[in-house]
Amino acid sequence: MKKVYARPLSLKKSPFHYCPGCGHSIIHRLIAEVLDEMKLREKSICVPPAGCAVLAYNYIDVDMVEAPHGRATAVATGIKRVRPKNVVFSYQGDGDLAAIGTAEAFHAANRGELITVIFVNNAVYGMTGGQMAPTSLLGQKTTTSPSGRDPLLDGYPVKVCEVLALLGGSSYLERVAVNKPANVKKAKKAIVKAFQHQLKKSGFSMVEILSPCPTNWRMSPIEACRWIDEVMAKEYPLGVVKEVKC
Amino acid sequence: MDKQLMSGTSAVGEAAIQAGCRYYFGYPITPQNELPEYMARRLSEVPGGVFIQAESELSAINMVLGASVAGARAMTSSSSPGISLKQEGISFLAAQELPGVIVNVVRGGPGLGNIAPAQSDYFQSTRGGGHGDYRTIVLAPSSVQEMADMTTLAFDLADNYRTPVIVLADGMLGQMMEPVRISSKKRKKNLAKDYVLSGAKGRPARLVRSLILDPKAEEDHNWKLFRKYQRIEQKEVRYENFLLEDAEMAVLAYGTAARIARGAIKRLRKEGLKVGMIRPITLWPFPAGIIQEAAKYLHDFFVFEMSTGQMVEDVKLSLEGRGRIHFHGRPGGVISTPAELSRIISRHYYQSKRKRGR
Repeated sequence: MKKVYARPLSLKKSPFHYCPGCGHSIIHRLIAEVLDEMKLREKSICVPPAGCAVLAYNYIDVDMVEAPHGRATAVATGIKRVRPKNVVFSYQGDGDLAAIGTAEAFHAANRGELITVIFVNNAVYGMTGGQMAPTSLLGQKTTTSPSGRDPLLDGYPVKVCEVLALLGGSSYLERVAVNKPANVKKAKKAIVKAFQHQLKKSGFSMVEILSPCPTNWRMSPIEACRWIDEVMAKEYPLGVVKEVKC
Repeated sequence: MDKQLMSGTSAVGEAAIQAGCRYYFGYPITPQNELPEYMARRLSEVPGGVFIQAESELSAINMVLGASVAGARAMTSSSSPGISLKQEGISFLAAQELPGVIVNVVRGGPGLGNIAPAQSDYFQSTRGGGHGDYRTIVLAPSSVQEMADMTTLAFDLADNYRTPVIVLADGMLGQMMEPVRISSKKRKKNLAKDYVLSGAKGRPARLVRSLILDPKAEEDHNWKLFRKYQRIEQKEVRYENFLLEDAEMAVLAYGTAARIARGAIKRLRKEGLKVGMIRPITLWPFPAGIIQEAAKYLHDFFVFEMSTGQMVEDVKLSLEGRGRIHFHGRPGGVISTPAELSRIISRHYYQSKRKRGR
């Protein structure tokens, strides 16, 4: 029988600890596949976030260093400046990147740091139990916006790709989703492109991935995947937001 | 290198470069701006030099963390309010056992305070400063020459013990100029850095972390750090004695305060008062041993600080109830003159003598 799929070499043989229906495990697997296919595993250094994916090092088989909450792009900057020949990427959630780490991400992008950010947007603080995130949608009920996100009290959903696109140093910004097979394929292509921009020294690259969090959205995994199409992607349109020729 | 007339901040910068530091990350704050300015200029001349003006102190210390885990000698500097912001990163450096050098050109506080020289960050520096059970090595230079020497030493200690090291200066030491000779001797090869992240080529992937969810394992990690700190306490205590042999009163002061105290003691000696000084050079580990030794033959310890009294607590802990402690402090960025200090020491000296005479 012909083997059509195998576990990527860059993915460790440990079962994911993530909740059923969570997008992290898909995204980890995509990264591992890309590292295999682009032969980057042995030269990659990853900075995982504070949050559910802090345990990314249990799964993705590359050198890793933990950063304080929100500081991943600053840590990645330090690594990349010392080791320009390595591929350096951070893996960050919406609280990490768009709230506590906004300044670090904004300025790393603006300096055109040759790093790649895998930005997982699930519109909620996952590990801490479902609090409102900067990317929570208007009206979205969370444990800290119990009657729904109210723009007068809580402000508006932050569109990170669109904000970073305005900066001179950003080279490649695309928003994808992992809620259905066609989107997962596109997400993988976007990760490949982001690494290519880093390898070609074109500038800062980021892939924003809309990712389901059924547990904290209080939905079934299928409902969560549907919600990304019907609600989330309306606020956060999928597609390339910025691509500099390189 | 020949003797040159340099400011304290420039001396720190040049010493760092001579010690092999090629990565500096900082954010402007007075009174230390001359240091990032010096590094911006010099690191553009040195091959492989990288200077980044970060968007914040938070970012700067985390760039140090990144450069350090990538195997480089890296430095950041700031002044008091900025050092408060760096504490998060310093805690991570300590927890992840990564070397790093942090220069604090202390200014008056709390809050925004002012930009005058002060010693009000002693507690913050010697008690860990950030969250968690850890210590940082704290070096307290007292001259421009020592600004350079302590910087060199800081890089070596940071590498040897894989721990963050703080050079605790102040606005006066940073700004003033003195002749200085910077050590440019060839440094011994870097220690085997088996934790460095370079990509998992031909070896298993490495992980540098501080998240240890199992309390028992975190406890083990804490004790491991503790044992390291014990080794540092045994091996790295540094201090200088001044006219201590026949002294009846020992002044305890560090940094700029120690310079003022030296001037005061010279005056007092001329008047026949038997006053000497113990000058801690490492604030942590604190030179408790020499203080205990001195307490065997003298009774009076006079602590002088440019704060309302922080190091005085370590002196009390060292004396364990023996002797008598006198204190004079000038917080807020005020600098005493040797004349003022000598009058105060003299009063305490004679009062104590009378008491003992009774």
